Amino acid sequence: MDLHLQSLRKQFGATVALHDVDLDVRSGELVALLGPSGSGKTTLLRAIAGLLPVDSGRILFGARDATGVSLRDRRVGFVFQHYALFRHLDVFENIAFGLRSRPRRERPAPAEISRRVNELLARVQLADLGSRLPDQLSGGQRQRVALARAMAIDPTLLLLDEPFGALDAKVRVELRRWLRQIHDDTGYTTLFVTHDQEEAMELADRVVVLNRGRIEQVGTPDEIYRRPVSSFVFDFIGRGAQIAGHARDGRFTPQGSDVMLPIPERVRIDGPALLSVRPHDLQIVGPDAGGLRGRIRQLRTLAGRTTLDVEMAGPGVTLEVDLASDQIGDLQPQGEWIHLAPTHASWFPAGRS
Amino acid sequence: MLTESHADSALSEPAWLRWTLIGIVVVAMLGLIALPLALVAVEALAQGWVAYFSAISDRDTVAAIKLTLLVAAITVPLNAVFGIAAAWSITKYEFPGKRLLLALIDLPFAISPVVAGLVFVLLFGAQGWFGDWLAERDLQIIFATPGIVLATVFITFPFVARELIPLMQAQGRDEEEAAVSLGANGWTLFWRVTLPNIKWALLYGVLLCNARAMGEFGAVSVVSGHIRGLTNTLPLHVEILHNEFSFAAAFAVASLLTLLALVTLLIKIWLEARHGDALAVRAGRH
Repeated sequence: MDLHLQSLRKQFGATVALHDVDLDVRSGELVALLGPSGSGKTTLLRAIAGLLPVDSGRILFGARDATGVSLRDRRVGFVFQHYALFRHLDVFENIAFGLRSRPRRERPAPAEISRRVNELLARVQLADLGSRLPDQLSGGQRQRVALARAMAIDPTLLLLDEPFGALDAKVRVELRRWLRQIHDDTGYTTLFVTHDQEEAMELADRVVVLNRGRIEQVGTPDEIYRRPVSSFVFDFIGRGAQIAGHARDGRFTPQGSDVMLPIPERVRIDGPALLSVRPHDLQIVGPDAGGLRGRIRQLRTLAGRTTLDVEMAGPGVTLEVDLASDQIGDLQPQGEWIHLAPTHASWFPAGRS
Repeated sequence: MLTESHADSALSEPAWLRWTLIGIVVVAMLGLIALPLALVAVEALAQGWVAYFSAISDRDTVAAIKLTLLVAAITVPLNAVFGIAAAWSITKYEFPGKRLLLALIDLPFAISPVVAGLVFVLLFGAQGWFGDWLAERDLQIIFATPGIVLATVFITFPFVARELIPLMQAQGRDEEEAAVSLGANGWTLFWRVTLPNIKWALLYGVLLCNARAMGEFGAVSVVSGHIRGLTNTLPLHVEILHNEFSFAAAFAVASLLTLLALVTLLIKIWLEARHGDALAVRAGRH
């Protein structure tokens, strides 16, 4: 089922949690709602689920207006951050809950319920644990029960609130791949909330970046990473440095420096600006190539990757530079002056975050 | 691991201090609690088993037992329902005056039971606010069973609510929200999610509520009128017998209340040992 949000607005007292949010999600898509805490991502997810009424705007499930539809009748599969499994019911009954809660006319026969639950148990690889209580499961297992329980009602949408937030790093990565697999097999339109950009980038078809109750950017992980539309998105997604300066006539001059870096044609910018560049998009160039001048502060090697910390001459910003091993050559670990040229960069007007 | 203190912990005091403190507590417990308890048993049986049984099978005593059971049978279910409703409203909804309501629930604990009784006399007594209205319709509340029930309901109101509120606060709304998102209606929600989660705490509250309902003296004393065989509950009956110098009979009836206390205590200990983590007192541990 496709999902359309039209100018959704939600206010808590004087705080605006959602500023007229518009979003279209295609049927079968896996979408990440990504943002720092307080960005409104969980509010947005809860509003879509019907856990939270909105002040204005519309929520459409396909062509059906779901804005005024209650949580119960919206029939979304919601996976809570701390799973919210029914603690006194075993795994089997947790998953069967939605089917058993249907009005009598629509309720499947007990044998059918049992068949469906066993099928789901097998799908989430918990076939042997049907009679366990939630207390007796690991975090990853609870998470899978919560997902199976949500899928049991054949939901219009699957919504997950920080699905991996409460798990340790290794389980998190395994479950991420597994969730992608489940999604590809079942085809439910799925939205999940996360504050972890790596998780969003790896798992999602499209990423929605939120900041202070507004959508900053919507795009594929690659678009978001390579072509951020704001300095906030650049800063939030991945590593990188931003250098303040001035743009004029297709040239960028960092503060306190007389270097002039060319700005590509497609970027139209004039006045105070930020040059934003990722560590792997910087190249060491010769002194006459007109690059940024800086001094090596430190040379770090971590997990096979070598990173230079270079302190810029003018603005005093420290740039991180990722190097291939053959580029290290005879660089002095400390104090040497080098020149750097960006191979790929973004420019944003300064004074706007 | 709980933060239990060990004898060899860094906070341990010198041995003499430790043993002095323990000694004081033990002596106080023996003198103030165990000894009187034993005395009740001894005095009750001072004139032998025959006298004991005749005292507790006396017509007025049986009437008092019946009235006490009736009052508890009305009060406890009422307050269980009130308690659940109050705890539900306070923990699941946001509304103005919530803090005030929370404070009001505690009022019966804070106020002297005599005052509580007097309030009801002032409201429903012959000279009270509703006195004329009630007299016209030939309804009697004060010096009758309804008054006793009202006073007892008032006094025992906090027990269930007080036990449930912290537990339901600790459990949060997630499970209920999950249930509704899965299509549960209010009925299913209550019987399959909420009640199973609070049942042991509810039982705990009901137990304490019952003990107090059967044992309440002050408030009931004011509204009852002490009519033998009619408006006398067990605690009031003990007092009457005592005032009449029928000590053995007084202690015989008192032994019934003491027995109730012991049974309550045993169930309480069992609940705490067996289902401690489902009770509010320990819910914060998770």
